[in-house]
Amino acid sequence: MSLNFERDERRGREKMKTKLDNEYYRRLHELQAIDFTLVELQLYLDTHPQDMQALQQFNHFAQVRKKVAQEFEAMYGPLQNFGNSYSGFPWQWNDTPWPWQV
Amino acid sequence: MWIYEKKLQYPVRVSKCDPRMAKFLIEQYGGADGELAAALRYLNQRYSIPDKVIGLLTDIGTEEFAHLEMIATMVYKLTKDATPEQLKEAGLGDHYVNHDRALFYHNASGVPWTAAYIQAKGDPIADLYEDIAAEEKARATYQWLIDMTDDVDLQDSLKFLREREIVHSLRFREAVEIIKQDQQTKKIFAVGTPK
Repeated sequence: MSLNFERDERRGREKMKTKLDNEYYRRLHELQAIDFTLVELQLYLDTHPQDMQALQQFNHFAQVRKKVAQEFEAMYGPLQNFGNSYSGFPWQWNDTPWPWQV
Repeated sequence: MWIYEKKLQYPVRVSKCDPRMAKFLIEQYGGADGELAAALRYLNQRYSIPDKVIGLLTDIGTEEFAHLEMIATMVYKLTKDATPEQLKEAGLGDHYVNHDRALFYHNASGVPWTAAYIQAKGDPIADLYEDIAAEEKARATYQWLIDMTDDVDLQDSLKFLREREIVHSLRFREAVEIIKQDQQTKKIFAVGTPK
């Protein structure tokens, strides 16, 4: 499935399309998979705080996550609000797609 | 403080417009054992629970909001292309006249969400047992929902959510053991030890 979401034409640059192609879905799934690992490790560590191996896995994936999320944001815009992600000009937060639109 | 992330926790795909299934799924949106009830229950219990399990309640409560967004996405995708006539046929006529295609926090029968669905007892064992029960009830609901559809894409997302309930239940059971051990330790030290 591939959809084109047209970005707001008020942008100062040439009209541009965020292409929701296979590459978009591949990168999104990659991030979702890493984040799933981190959610699982987080909940596990909440009740097993002494498990050193799980802790090492957690810190490793937290690092991987940072890199993958940065690459995703460079291509498709900010993932998080309130200054946890950078924005290009003009303000990108309002850009589609929102999560339920993909 | 909470941070929003502009992505779903797990992909939600549907292979057809199916307002009837959307009506059933609303049970997990604004029903007694739904995701809203779960998120609000856990996050509210945090303030009076022992320190050792506050992290777990925070994390599971937060994850429930991600699940709420997945359910909302399912309902949105299943109904966005439906005509008023199709909504009526699916039993969503009552919903349509009040909300159009907007989502609302009620259960599959249209009963609005109420705080009476959840409890905070101030007793850690009572609260955690309620949380375990909530996860098991939600797991069962997901199974009944999976049984109600032949849409394999939708089933895939519902199976993910069903499995999350199992993991949450397990973690809450571990939290009960942590609390019990803690209470035991305190009792032992209390004997003949002036504070």
